[in-house]
Amino acid sequence: MSGAPEDDGGVSIAASASERGAERSRSRGSALAAVIGKARADGRAALIAYLPVGYPDVDTSIAAMVAAVEGGADVVEVGVPYSDPGMDGPVIQEAVDVAVRAGVGMPDVLRAVEAVAAAGAVPVVMSYWNPIERYGVDRFADDLVAAGGAGAITPDLIPDEAAAWLAATERTGLDRVFLVAPSSTDARLAATAAASRGFVYAASTMGVTGTRATVSDAAERLVARTRSVSGTAVCVGLGVSSGDQAAEVAAFADGVIVGSAYVRALLAGEGPDGVRVLSEELAAGVRRARVRT
Amino acid sequence: MTLSAHAPAPDVPDATARPEWPDATGHFGVYGGRFVPEALVAALDELTEAYEAMRVDPEFVAEFARLQRDYTGRPSPVTEVARFAEHCGGARVLLKREDLNHTGSHKINNVLGQALLTKRIGKTRVIAETGAGQHGVATATAAALMGLSCTVYMGEEDTRRQALNVARMRLLGAEVIPVTTGSRTLKDAINEAFRDWVTNVETTNYVFGTVAGPHPFPAMVRDFQRVIGDEAREQVLEREGRLPDVVLACVGGGSNAIGIFTAFVPDAGVRLVGLEAGGDGVDTGRHAATITGGDPGVLHGARSYLLQDDNGQTIESHSISAGLDYPGVGPEHAFLHDIGRAEYRPVTDAEAMEAFALLCRTEGIIPAIESAHALAGAMVVGRELGPDSLLLVNLSGRGDKDVETASAWFGLGEHTAPTDDDERAVEAGRGAEPGPGLDEDQQPTEGAVTNDEAVAGPDAGEQA
Repeated sequence: MSGAPEDDGGVSIAASASERGAERSRSRGSALAAVIGKARADGRAALIAYLPVGYPDVDTSIAAMVAAVEGGADVVEVGVPYSDPGMDGPVIQEAVDVAVRAGVGMPDVLRAVEAVAAAGAVPVVMSYWNPIERYGVDRFADDLVAAGGAGAITPDLIPDEAAAWLAATERTGLDRVFLVAPSSTDARLAATAAASRGFVYAASTMGVTGTRATVSDAAERLVARTRSVSGTAVCVGLGVSSGDQAAEVAAFADGVIVGSAYVRALLAGEGPDGVRVLSEELAAGVRRARVRT
Repeated sequence: MTLSAHAPAPDVPDATARPEWPDATGHFGVYGGRFVPEALVAALDELTEAYEAMRVDPEFVAEFARLQRDYTGRPSPVTEVARFAEHCGGARVLLKREDLNHTGSHKINNVLGQALLTKRIGKTRVIAETGAGQHGVATATAAALMGLSCTVYMGEEDTRRQALNVARMRLLGAEVIPVTTGSRTLKDAINEAFRDWVTNVETTNYVFGTVAGPHPFPAMVRDFQRVIGDEAREQVLEREGRLPDVVLACVGGGSNAIGIFTAFVPDAGVRLVGLEAGGDGVDTGRHAATITGGDPGVLHGARSYLLQDDNGQTIESHSISAGLDYPGVGPEHAFLHDIGRAEYRPVTDAEAMEAFALLCRTEGIIPAIESAHALAGAMVVGRELGPDSLLLVNLSGRGDKDVETASAWFGLGEHTAPTDDDERAVEAGRGAEPGPGLDEDQQPTEGAVTNDEAVAGPDAGEQA
C-alpha cells in the first residue's frame, strides 16, 4: 500500500513547491478567488463540485472528477476519505466508507488534484483535520502546491484552532476556506471570513450534508450577513441537487457547492457519465440566474 | 497577622478549587480545544457561558447537592475488601462504591448536572451516546426525572452486548437508536449524536457522557464527576488518617478516572494509575488502550491520543467491555500522561475477567467489566508495592448488565478460570440475541415534549 512516501526528491520538491507558493502569493493571488471572480465577470455564479477520492475506486473517482469538469464545474472539491465524517450525511458516508476501508490516502488525493488541474478546473482539497495533521501540515501544504491544488476546505477546523494551517498557507500562498453557519454570531462571521482566503463556505442549512428538495432561505440571509462584514466571495453548500436549485442559489451567492447529488449519481451506478450529465444541468442552472452584485 | 491563621489546612480539600487547566478556550496543554463544525460553535459557547454561571449559582449548587443525596444516594461508601486483597500481594484495597449509585454507575453524577443545565438554557430534548449503556441509562433516567425528551445513540454491536440496558432505557421512556455505521460501537454512536445535534441544535442539548469531546465537555464533566474523589479523599483520610499510595481507575473516555483523580492531583505523593482496555493484548492490535498504543491526533472535537492508521483514519478498538471500547480518550488524560502526573497501563480481557470473577467470589460484589480492569490493575500494582501499601480503586459500576457476557466467557455460568475456549465464548456473548430490549414499541417519557419533530441522526442528511 502506498503509505507515506519519503522519496529522495522530497526535499527539493518541497523547496521548489514552497518557492512556487510564495511566488503565487506574491504575483497570482488566490486561485479560487480568481476563478470565482471570472465567473462573476461572466454574470454567473461558479459551480463547485465535491467528490470523494476512492469511490468506487481511485481511478473511477478521478474520472468522475474530470467528467464533472467537462460538464461545467469550475472548481472541484477533492474529498479526503475519513473514518469519522461527523458533518456528512448518509450519502457521502456510504461512499467514503468504501474508500476508507480500501486504504485510500493522501497520495491518491494528490493524484486526483493533479488530474483536476490538468482537466482545466481549480482543485481544492476538502478534508477533516486529522488526515491533514497525520500527513503533516507543512508536508501537506508543500505537496498540495506541487500537485497544483489551490488550497483546502477544512469543515471541522475553526480559525481558533488553525494556527499551524494559517502559518502553512501564509508560507505557501494556498487558499484556506473556513465555514460559517446560520448560528454564527456577527463577530464570528467577521473573524472567520477574515481568516478565509479564496472564499467563505456558507453551510446553508443547520445540519449535515445531503440533498434536499428545497433550499432554505436561511442560506440567503447567511450570505447577506457574511457579505456585510467581508469582501471575500461567499459560496453556498449543503442542499443543492438540481439545476433549478442551483439557479436559485446562484441568484444570491458567488458559488454553488454540490456534493451529495454528485455522490448519489455514483452510488446509483451512473458512473462518470452520470456525473457529467448532472454537471451540465447544474452548470446551466448557475448561468440562468443573474448574479446580484 | 500570623501565617498559621491563613495557611490552608493541608488535609482539607477545597472542593471549589479546580486544577489550573484547561485554559479559557479548553486546552489542556496542547490537548483539548474545539475541532467542530462552525455550526456547533454557538451551541458550545452557549453551554460554556451557561455552565460557568450555573456552577457558582447557589441555587444550582443546593439543587445539585440535594439530587446527589436524595436521588443518587451520595455519598457512596468506601469498602475495604480484605479477601480480594489477598490476591493483591497483601496490599490493602479500598473500593469507592460508585456501583451503589442509583442506576448502577458513576454516570449519574454527570447527567444530573447536565440535565439541570439543559433546563437552565431552555432546551426540551436531550441526546446522548452510549457504549455499555450506563450513560444512556443515566441520561434516560435524568430525562424522565426532569420531563425532557430523550434520544440515545448506541452502536448496534453494543445493543447486542448490552441488551439489558437497552431495555432499561426504553422502560425509562427514551428512544434508543442502534447505529449501523462504521464499527457500530461507541465511536460511531458519538458521530451520530453529533449529526443529530448539528441538525437539531435549537431544541436539543447533547448530554456528553465522558471527559472527551469539544470544550466545555471535558472540564464540565470533570466538575460533575470530581465528587467521587472529593468524597473518597475525605473518607480515606478519616478512616486511615493518611492518603492512599495509589488511586486506580479504568479509562475508556476517562470520566470515572478523572472523577476520582482530580481531588488527588495536588497530592504529589499519591500515584494515579489509569487502566486501559488491552483487549487481546496491545501487541495484537486488537485493543482499546489509547494512550498505551495510540498517538496524538484529533477525534470527536478535541486533540488527544487516539488509535489511528497512517492515513489518520480512526482504528476500530476492541475490548470485552463495551464501556471501554473506544479509540479515543479525554484530553486531560493525555495531558496528565505527558506531564507525568498519571500513568496508564493496559489490562487484557483475560486479566479483567480474572479480577471480575475474583471480586465476585471473594467479596460478593459483581463489578462492571469496565471496573474489573481497575481491579486487575490493583492486583498487579499491589504485588509490586507489597503489604504496607494502601490502594484506592474506583469501582465505577456494577455488573448486572454484564452477566450474559460473563456467563459466556466463563462457560454457561461455571465459575472457572478462563480457558482456551475464551475467544469462542466471547464471540458467543457478542452474538447473543438482542432480546426484548429491541422491541419496536416505545412509550415516551411521561409529560415529555415529543421527539417527532427532531430529525434523528441517521436520517439527518436525507430529509426530503
